[in-house]
Parts: sequence; structure tokens; C-alpha cells
Amino acid sequence: MKVWILHVAVLLALLVLLLVLPAYHATNLARIMVLAVFAIGYNLAFGYTGLLSLGHALFFAAGVYGAALPVTYLGFAQLPALIAGLVAGAVMAGLTGLLALRTAGVSFMIVTLMFAQAGYLSLLYFGEVTGGDEGLVLPGAAGLIPGLSADAARTTIAYGLFALALIASLLLVRGRFGRTMVAMRENEERSRMLGYNPFAVKLAALVLSGLFAGASGAAYALLFGYAGASFATIQYSILPMLWVLMGGAGTVLGPLIGTAAMFYLVDIAGSYTTATLLFVGVALVLLILFAPRGILGTIRERWLPWLP
Amino acid sequence: MLRIDGLSAGYGPVGVLHDLTLEARAAQITCIMGRNGAGKSTLMKCIMGLVPASRGSITLDGVALHSLPAHRVPGHGVAYVPQGRRLFGPLTVAENLQIGLMTRNMGDETRDRVLDLFPRLRERLDQVAATLSGGEQQMLAIGRALCLEPKVLLLDEPTEGLQPSMIALIRDVVLRLKETGVATILVEQRPDAVLQLADRVVFMANGTVADCSERADLSPDAPQFMAYVGV
Repeated sequence: MKVWILHVAVLLALLVLLLVLPAYHATNLARIMVLAVFAIGYNLAFGYTGLLSLGHALFFAAGVYGAALPVTYLGFAQLPALIAGLVAGAVMAGLTGLLALRTAGVSFMIVTLMFAQAGYLSLLYFGEVTGGDEGLVLPGAAGLIPGLSADAARTTIAYGLFALALIASLLLVRGRFGRTMVAMRENEERSRMLGYNPFAVKLAALVLSGLFAGASGAAYALLFGYAGASFATIQYSILPMLWVLMGGAGTVLGPLIGTAAMFYLVDIAGSYTTATLLFVGVALVLLILFAPRGILGTIRERWLPWLP
Repeated sequence: MLRIDGLSAGYGPVGVLHDLTLEARAAQITCIMGRNGAGKSTLMKCIMGLVPASRGSITLDGVALHSLPAHRVPGHGVAYVPQGRRLFGPLTVAENLQIGLMTRNMGDETRDRVLDLFPRLRERLDQVAATLSGGEQQMLAIGRALCLEPKVLLLDEPTEGLQPSMIALIRDVVLRLKETGVATILVEQRPDAVLQLADRVVFMANGTVADCSERADLSPDAPQFMAYVGV
């Protein structure tokens, strides 16, 4: 019960923040919530199933372009485009997983990285369609919800998507499949001895992860009005890993905390220097030294063992 | 029940089991003894499909287990408790049991039966498995295997490193399982345990069965113990 109270309280707190924060920070929070959906997806693969992927940029970009291309070339409305984007993310994750999951550990990292790089180069190669580096400009959030301004529509949809993703991930990790994912992470051979097919479980986890990444990519493109090949660069594979590591791998709220912390770290550092990654590096070193399980992972370990 | 015929297996080019033939019958405890390297654990892994058979067959009630992928073997009613327990540490006792129950879609009845065998686990359902004592972890490892309602139970040195009271409890559970018709294959190194539990004792040497004796034919100073186990 207290698990549900905590998560509903977090969602209410976010709602209040969206209502009281100045426009700049409210937009930041909308961006954080959309990206946190990406981190939630990454956490399902990495935090719960133990799949250390360097290819999630591909799933995110699949979401971005899965939504942007139908809007640009087929005249899709925003909602069908969002659905197309999340499906594209899941399909791309499934196709990648079918091959990449034949490897494990470092090999898996490298194979997923190669898939993402191939995706990035394909977006550049087909630049006439995808816009390449320059990307495609989309209509944005204006008019998404009748009667609301672009900013209000953006924050409302971002909030709704995040709330849905958070509740879905909570239900998932506390359910039967969530336990199977953790079992696979902890001991693949033992899970096999108990009758579980590691390949099938990991593939399903990766597809779910891709679904979240695709939804996030699609929402990002639709809400902020831009789709570009830069979303498929390795940076977008490393970012969700850093967000999850900072927030706490294998915790439900960790991705939100990690994404928000990293976003504001870069934002604040950016007002003093262009070398923002230096601050990110220092923060990660400190984290590894003093809280190797991430912010929420450490809190769970020391004070709140019931945290999911 | 479980029948192994002319089984050969190993790791890559290294052969470990050679032309091994063995039978485990329902409601019987078959103890496997042998020195380190005799192939006891490899035999267990081979039955579970974790080490592929290069020759021979393993059948359970007519089902050819040796041709199944490892993850499908438990679904036919074979449960394995390996050395070292190997629990899912961050999950609670209840969640560990649930993972066992899900394999063959067993429900609360099975869970209650397991908890009746190990009342200590009932008191610790919400405790994280990694924080259990060694004996409790072994109870959970066996309990989780029993959640599959197995026809055949493979136990690899289940009392290793446990205190005497825990050893007695686990031996008692093994005997109670026998009464329910489970065919148990127990790897054990202590002659006293074997003489207390076994219906038949299989002595392994160099990857094959060197001797198979009925328990009634063995005494504590039987020469097989010295010849094949060194005690």
C-alpha cells in the first residue's frame, strides 16, 4: 500500500510543480518527464534484466522518426503518430534483440552499439527523407489539446505520458514478469534450471524497453517539434544509462530522479562553462565513490528496503 | 521413472561421463557417491540439459529429456537444487517461491505444502533471500524446487556446510518427500547420511557407475565407501 501512496504522491507533487513553476522550469520539467520515460525503458533492460545496452539511441530514434515521418509525409495526426513511434521503438528493439541477444556481456554492448551506429548512419544516408543532421521541423505542441496553449498542451501530455509510464513500470516490475526479469539478471543459469527460457525473457524485456524508448522519442519529437539524426548518436545511448545509474538502477523512481538531477546539473553548469560534461563526470565519480547504487538505490539499501 | 542409458557427456572435447546407465524409481532415494571429479555434478547437469549428452539417452516416463532444451526439462517435472543454493538474492522468500510456482503454473496449494515442510520460511516470507542464514537459504532453495511439484528431485550435497539441526531437518524433508512418491537422486559424501536415507547407493568413478548396491547390503564399514569415496 505504501508503495502506491508514494508513487501517487510523486505524481501529485509533479502536478503541483507544473502548476506553480515559472514557464522556463515547467518546460524543463516537461522535457525531463518525457526523457524519464526513456530512462524508465532503459531501466527495464539494464536495471531489472541486467542487459547493458549501448544501442538504445536506435530505439529512441525509431520513436522520433516513427512519429515524425508519418506526420511529415503521410499527414498523420499527432496521436496516431505517437502510437506509430512507440510501435517503431518496440519493433526496432525486437529486431535488434533477435540478433544481439545471441551474445552477452561486453559483446552485447558492442553489438547493440553497432546497431545504433548503423541506424545513425542510415539516417544520414537517407538524408533527403530524414532531414539528416538538419532534421525535420514538426508542427509542435500548438493545437494538440484544443483550448490550451502550446506550453500547456506540452506539459499536460508530457505529464500524462510520464504518469502512464511510471504506473506501467511499477505494475510490471511488481508483477510476475518483473520477478522473472530480476531472476534473469541475478542468475541466468538458475532461471533456466527453473524452466525459464533466458532468450525469450530477455527479448521480451528488450521489446518492452524499446516500447518505452520509442514512446519517449515520439513524444519528444511531437511535443518539441523536431526530429533529427542527432537523436540516434551514441550520446543518446549513454544518457539513459547515466540517468539510470544516477537515480538508481532497478528502482522504479530512480530514472525520474536521475534524469532530473542530470538535466539540472548540465543546465546549471551550462550557465558557467561550456564544459558541462566535466561536471557530469565529477558527479558520476562522486556517485560511484559514495553511492554506487545510485541515489534511490542507496536510499533503499540504507533506509527504505521496501522501495520497489 | 527416470532412466539413463549409455550416457556419455562432457565439456567440449573433455569427456566426463562415459557410458553411464542408471535408474531412479518413484518413491525411492538413490544416493550418488564418488570422489571429486567422478562426474556426480556433471551427471546432475546432464539430466537437466545444462551439459549436452554426446551419446546415450535420458528418459522420464518415456519423454526423451536429452533432446530437450534445458529450460523445458523442469516443465516435465524434474527439479534441481545445485550446490551453492543460488537463490535470487534481492528477491524475497515469497518471490523466490513464486518464480518456482510459475514454471508449471502451480498455485497456493503447492505453496502451502512447501511452507508446511519448511515452517521457518513461512515466518520469513517478506524477508530478502540474501539476508537468510545458510540453513534457511538451503530450505528456500529446496522449497523453490518443490514448487515445481517434481516427479524427480535432484539434490547436490544439500547439507554441505550446515549445522547439525539443519542437516537433520533437511534429511527429514527428503524422507517425507519419498513418501509422496518423489524419485530423489541425492549426491552425498557422508556414509552416515547415505545409510540413513538411501534405498540404493550408486558409486561413481571415472564418469561411470562403478558399483550399485541396495542400502540393506551396505554397512558403515562396507569396502565400497573406502574404495570409491575414500572414507
